[in-house]
Amino acid sequence: MIGDPVSRVDGRLKVTGAARYSAEWPIDNLAYGVIVQSTVAKGMITAFDTEHARSSPGVVAVYTADNAPALPDKGRAAMKPPAGRELSLLQDRAVRYNGEPIGLVVAEKFEQATHAASLVRAQYESHTPLIDMQSALPSAYPYKPNINGSFPPATQRGDLAAGLAAADARIDATFTAPIETHNSMEPHNTIAQWDGDQLTLYDSTQFVYGVKRFIAKIFGIPEANVRVISHFTGGAFGSKGAPWSHVVLAAMAARALNRPVKVVLTRKQMFGLVGARPHTVQHLKLGARKDGTLTAMEHRSISSTSSFEEWVEPVTLATRLMYACSNQQTAHELVRLDVGTPTFNRGPGESSGIFALESAMDELAVKLAMDPIELRLRNYAERDPESGLEWSSKSLRQCYSLGAERFGWSRRRAEPRSVRDGDAFVGIGMSSATYPARRAPASALARLMPDGMIVVQAATHELGTGTYTIMTQIAADALGVPIERVRFELGDTRLPENPISAGSLTAQSTGTAVHLAAVALHDKIAAMRGDVTTIVSARDLVTRGGGQPIEARADAKPGDEQKAFSMHSFGAIFAEVRVDASLGTVKLSRMLGAYGVGRILNPKTARSQMIGGMIYGLGMTLTEDTLLDARTGRYLNADLAEYLVPVNADIPEIDVMFMDERDPQTNPLGTKGIGEIGCVGVTAAIANAVYNATGVRVRDLPITLDKILGHTSFAD
Amino acid sequence: MHPFLYTLAADEPTARRIAATDPAAAFIAGGTTLIDLMKLNVEHPAQLVDITRLPLAKVEELPDGGIRVGAMVRNSDLANHMLIQARYPVLSQALLAGASPQLRNMATTGGNILQRTRCWYFRDTATPCNKRDPGSGCSALHGQNRIHAVLGASDHCIATHASDMCVALAALGAIVRIHGPSGDRALPFSIFHLVPGAHPERETALQHGELIVGIDIPRLPFATRSVYLKVRDRRSYAFALASAAVALDIRDGIIRDARVALGGVATKPWRSQAAESALVGKTAGSAAYHAAAMAALEGAVPRARNAFKIELAKRTLMRALARAGALA
Repeated sequence: MIGDPVSRVDGRLKVTGAARYSAEWPIDNLAYGVIVQSTVAKGMITAFDTEHARSSPGVVAVYTADNAPALPDKGRAAMKPPAGRELSLLQDRAVRYNGEPIGLVVAEKFEQATHAASLVRAQYESHTPLIDMQSALPSAYPYKPNINGSFPPATQRGDLAAGLAAADARIDATFTAPIETHNSMEPHNTIAQWDGDQLTLYDSTQFVYGVKRFIAKIFGIPEANVRVISHFTGGAFGSKGAPWSHVVLAAMAARALNRPVKVVLTRKQMFGLVGARPHTVQHLKLGARKDGTLTAMEHRSISSTSSFEEWVEPVTLATRLMYACSNQQTAHELVRLDVGTPTFNRGPGESSGIFALESAMDELAVKLAMDPIELRLRNYAERDPESGLEWSSKSLRQCYSLGAERFGWSRRRAEPRSVRDGDAFVGIGMSSATYPARRAPASALARLMPDGMIVVQAATHELGTGTYTIMTQIAADALGVPIERVRFELGDTRLPENPISAGSLTAQSTGTAVHLAAVALHDKIAAMRGDVTTIVSARDLVTRGGGQPIEARADAKPGDEQKAFSMHSFGAIFAEVRVDASLGTVKLSRMLGAYGVGRILNPKTARSQMIGGMIYGLGMTLTEDTLLDARTGRYLNADLAEYLVPVNADIPEIDVMFMDERDPQTNPLGTKGIGEIGCVGVTAAIANAVYNATGVRVRDLPITLDKILGHTSFAD
Repeated sequence: MHPFLYTLAADEPTARRIAATDPAAAFIAGGTTLIDLMKLNVEHPAQLVDITRLPLAKVEELPDGGIRVGAMVRNSDLANHMLIQARYPVLSQALLAGASPQLRNMATTGGNILQRTRCWYFRDTATPCNKRDPGSGCSALHGQNRIHAVLGASDHCIATHASDMCVALAALGAIVRIHGPSGDRALPFSIFHLVPGAHPERETALQHGELIVGIDIPRLPFATRSVYLKVRDRRSYAFALASAAVALDIRDGIIRDARVALGGVATKPWRSQAAESALVGKTAGSAAYHAAAMAALEGAVPRARNAFKIELAKRTLMRALARAGALA
């Protein structure tokens, strides 16, 4: 059961359109809200002209800072600095980025609201914004708070200067990446419905309980008065982790109008309003002896944030634990730009940081004339070099060796431009990957129902990742029944509390709670000398007990093992590219990910997760770039024709290997979580392959043809 | 999107009468450009006259051996038409290099000739743009102009023409057939599209109320040896950074005649007679192709972020010529 390649239990619902996403709930008397956005990046609104919008057909209300309902503490009641979601809730006239919400038009129909929103005019006292990352670099300042609440912003071990001095070879390089916008397939959306003082939100989210708490605080109402429902979320990648402005605006309007209001963002509105991976500028210094032993590592990251929140991309966390090097410094700095606040984006920190670290390691291997895998093995961290703790499990050595064997690494020619296939230079490259194996408290309820079905409930989320399927498997496995006998329910704050579905938490946290609840139910049934293996025997058991469901609840949380072990997933990515020798175009022709990510609950959905992550990384590497006008801060390529996510023609056959790993420490199931790591390492593997193909080292993402074409060492 | 009237025209006279009497009317066919720009409030016609029911969806042979294509022929149908594939492979390839299958199934021949630029400033009503709002200024000139034109631009506008089909038609010397209030006209492709000059808002020679009914592609036997090559940031569903449509007449190793047009680098579909002249009479091979590439990009003007396009266009053209030259 666990470990079987079970097809998605919600697959049929999805392909037939019957899966209900939050914007699809049929609600009576629904009104449609459309957000009005600023057309300057920085300044104050001096006047609104809403007359035309108000008199436009179908318009129910037009809200701006002039008339929006006042919220407690000007809408900042739920703020948790440094980056606690300062939203745009029409409580003042300040404008902090171009496209910021400055109004909400509500109408009988979506089209009417859209048109009326275009009729709202604002006058501004406008100031010159700071948009361009390179220009802003002199204003970089150290980030002081702990990262993600628990990691120091800067670290130092050993003596960096001495390590660099002792090195035979040194790398000193700068790596840059632009703002990358998540672009989940489903746009962000919310339906808000009040029944007296009770609010129901149908929300596209990764965290129903988080939304519930946040919204209660924002409105100053008891948490018990808010219910959040989210049965399916159409992709999120971090951008739906906490509520953005549209959720509050929908609830605000619904309360004022005493009728349900739906707000669905347009694709264009998904640029700036709902977070993105920030710009990063990373300075890497490596020092090594002739035999490859690292003597020094310095990793300083500067990432962009908004003018009004300190959101830091946790870029160097992976560098702290990746290699056994005793002299190391890491640090994070921020620059403030007049753009929307960034947020978590798949493999946050690691995706950016590993690009720089593993590109620099490749450069070091070239300098030392060493095989890149050999260099990594030379510095293999047998225990966590930062904490000194033992790994809970680590199969990176096998990832390197088995991955290399399957990919044909031994056929790699170290000399660039030595393999030609028609018009293209062919090259291969590799990268390591890592991501923390995190776990958070979670609860689940398992019930044997009068009809003989087993219903398991936990307020987790289905983001397209396969949560319904693996939770069903876990419960069925513990109870010894076929999966058809189990129905798993999620995405509702009336169900037991669970953490955010982010950071690869779900399988570990919710999975454990579901497992323990199902085990508890199993034990309870066993104590009753019951038998639930057939539907008839299960029904009899409930009837015998008086007809009420038999239930068991589990509250699972991580324990002391978290302090005793360092828990991380690892992997090795291999990529082959064909770079057109004349045109500079890069085509990924093969890719393999070899992963040690704990026990695999379902190899079919897990493989899809990894492939999805690797394709996400491919976009980050070759095409994705959120373009802003440096003078105005306008988001220029805010649609899917111009913001280039990979299409099928860009994606080759992708191969995935899982090491046989069952982590004895993380949780009773032995999982480590797989959502984030798929994106990590892809960028460096491809960049290193491009170098191997052409001799051109591109340190600035995305790797577009002009960066290769313009290189002096590149000529046909 | 502004509210608008919609009329489904039953016949051509009706369609033209409505358009001629309403200065704010626009014809709509596939709508792949127009609806998109209406949603962005870049276009706001007061009335749409749907011409998709007009009997203009035929591909016919002309007595002289050319091909007549109706304005309503869908891009996907034209690309896959046997006559086009056999006689003008460059046109079929150009069509298939454009957009996505869904868009090609909607987009029409007449509409594609009128495809608007993808300049992001043109598409954003919050920024100045001389093409959208004459006299407001060109935001691209000193802005994000990596995708912009190096040929045919002015200080008023550096937006590229977005169509792939038009690049092939420019090379093939197509004739645009027009019916209008003051009679019927047939305009050679070379004068149909206009360079921006001081009036980037004027993109074609078409007058209000005139209807494109189709195109004629003249007989060009050597177009069987033709190639369209498109270079872009993504391998499908992306606009050209540079593209080349070429046809070569090679006999006994000597180039007797040639057709060359460039896309992605110019403000209109860019036929280069200079490149053609550089090829004719020369031995087919890299020396001639290189000379043609140099001639085609002669006078190209780079901006802050698009200088690479000059070299890219040269290499794209050389590659296209080499491929055409290698065809049997």
